[in-house]
Amino acid sequence: MIAALLVPTATWYLVLSAILFGIGTFGVLVRRNPLVMFMCIELMLNAVNLSFVTLARKLNDINGQTIVFFVMVVAAAEVVVGLGIIVAIMRNRSSVTADDLTELNG
Amino acid sequence: MNDEVATFVGPAIEWFSVSPIVVLLGGALLLLLVGSLTPQWRRGGYGLASAVIALTSTVLLVLLWRDISSSGPKLLIGGALALDHFAVLASIAICSAVVLVSLVTSDYLASENADSPEIYALYLTAAIGGIVMAASNDLVVLFLGLETLSLSLYLLAASNRKRTESQEAGLKYFILGGFASAFFLYGVALTYGTTGSTRLVDINLALNSYITVPRNDTLLLVGVGLMLIGFAFKVSLVPFQAWTPDVYQGSPTPVTAFMASVGKVAALVALVRVFVTAFPARADDWGPVVRVLSALTLIVGSVVAIIQVDVKRMLAYSSISHAGFILVGLEVSSHRSSPNVGDGLIAIGVYVALYAALVVGTFSVVTVVAQNTNDGATSLDAFKGLGKRKPLLALGMTVLLLAQAGVPLTSGFVAKFGIIQAAVAVGSYGLAVIAMVCAVIAAFVYLRIMVSMWSSEAMTTEPFKVSFFSAISIAIAVVVTLVIGVLPSLLLDLTSNLPQLASK
Repeated sequence: MIAALLVPTATWYLVLSAILFGIGTFGVLVRRNPLVMFMCIELMLNAVNLSFVTLARKLNDINGQTIVFFVMVVAAAEVVVGLGIIVAIMRNRSSVTADDLTELNG
Repeated sequence: MNDEVATFVGPAIEWFSVSPIVVLLGGALLLLLVGSLTPQWRRGGYGLASAVIALTSTVLLVLLWRDISSSGPKLLIGGALALDHFAVLASIAICSAVVLVSLVTSDYLASENADSPEIYALYLTAAIGGIVMAASNDLVVLFLGLETLSLSLYLLAASNRKRTESQEAGLKYFILGGFASAFFLYGVALTYGTTGSTRLVDINLALNSYITVPRNDTLLLVGVGLMLIGFAFKVSLVPFQAWTPDVYQGSPTPVTAFMASVGKVAALVALVRVFVTAFPARADDWGPVVRVLSALTLIVGSVVAIIQVDVKRMLAYSSISHAGFILVGLEVSSHRSSPNVGDGLIAIGVYVALYAALVVGTFSVVTVVAQNTNDGATSLDAFKGLGKRKPLLALGMTVLLLAQAGVPLTSGFVAKFGIIQAAVAVGSYGLAVIAMVCAVIAAFVYLRIMVSMWSSEAMTTEPFKVSFFSAISIAIAVVVTLVIGVLPSLLLDLTSNLPQLASK
């Protein structure tokens, strides 16, 4: 009985991906280090990937799994751009936290 | 199974229909390659090359427009892209903006001694992303277009290596943009999970056939909501607008012109297409949300602009309130039962096309003025006495600002009138009143800049230089603003087919 309840279903994975997405969102909102915020964004994207794969499996449709590859490519491109910008800032200042970035009053 | 693989045929690609994108892509790659292999070009060379590439693309788009007029809208590449007047009009606006911004940028970079082909290549790739977004009929293709546009914009925002503000703007934009993209993508995933497709047309079909199939409404509504949040960040709707003033102020001014025109037009047109094509069956659910968002955006955009002292920040808030206006058009499209529901799309199409020219012109003037200050500042003081130092430039800026305020005989009036008329036609009186009041409040901001230009004494007596390309670009924007303002039928006669979005 309990063993039957513990067989993972699609819902489990969807809930897991929602939790991961939530952790990522929370991280972006509370952490102050751009690198960590950036990692949280990656976590959010990968949580979405998990959703896509799960839903593709549930719908028995290959498209959802294909989308994941596109998302991975986009995430990789984001890493290139994001790290480039962060490195450019690091060159001018000794440290980067979001609290230091206050030249523009926002 | 093996037979299936062996007989797999890719979708047919209508090369002529995608030629504007191909030209931009080829041009960007060629510019980067040739630019990096040859010694520094003569002043203005890169900008001119980029303008010619974008102009070629614009001409092809005009040809496509005529094609659609005769043979009707259709879907391209197995339903990934839509080819209709709505997409082509937005694409023309995007490509024309690239032409004008390239010219201004070439003067700006020459004055900073930093002219190089990379910036222009990024403009062109961003324009590809924008066109793909405007024409996408698939949420995943839309996501790819969004990222192509956004990644180019992050780099452009951070492109001034000498100014730390620029890098700060780039990083802020990047973090918030990536955050928004993740929300959008999660929305796509949930929508895919409920409807089994990412094609806008198929999503609509699936939702309409749900009368017989049990619904999974919660997941769908959460998905649509997340997508809306993603879009709201991108087009800076209140309460997701916090990044806009900072990023607009910190970025190099020509880049701000580019962001405010291309970035906004693409994202708004994509937002409208998604909701009108994919979710008309749920218009009763998203209509009220859009109504609240547009009211908030209009009010905050025009009221907060008043207390700003930096012209770029003022214009950032003004661009927020413009987004609110366009969103009113989307709200009009949610009134499915009204016979005038198509007016919303026409008004949006006209608004984005005119807004692109207007905002590029305005920011071009700001660029020129900032070039003539010592530290590139764009505070209101920098505009003092412009009327005496450069009367013609001040006159052009006055026309552009009046148009932003929506004064009759300028294109801004045509755009705002169209939106408000459409809202009244479907019975959204409350929103129409809010839009009108906010237009008046926003006018105060533009008047402040004008007063500063005409009735204050200049802070310095140094000679004021306006470079040739910037002058041309500003002149074109002013002429478009005045001609469409005086003869609106030139544009309005073309727009009757805008509500016919491609569906097969």
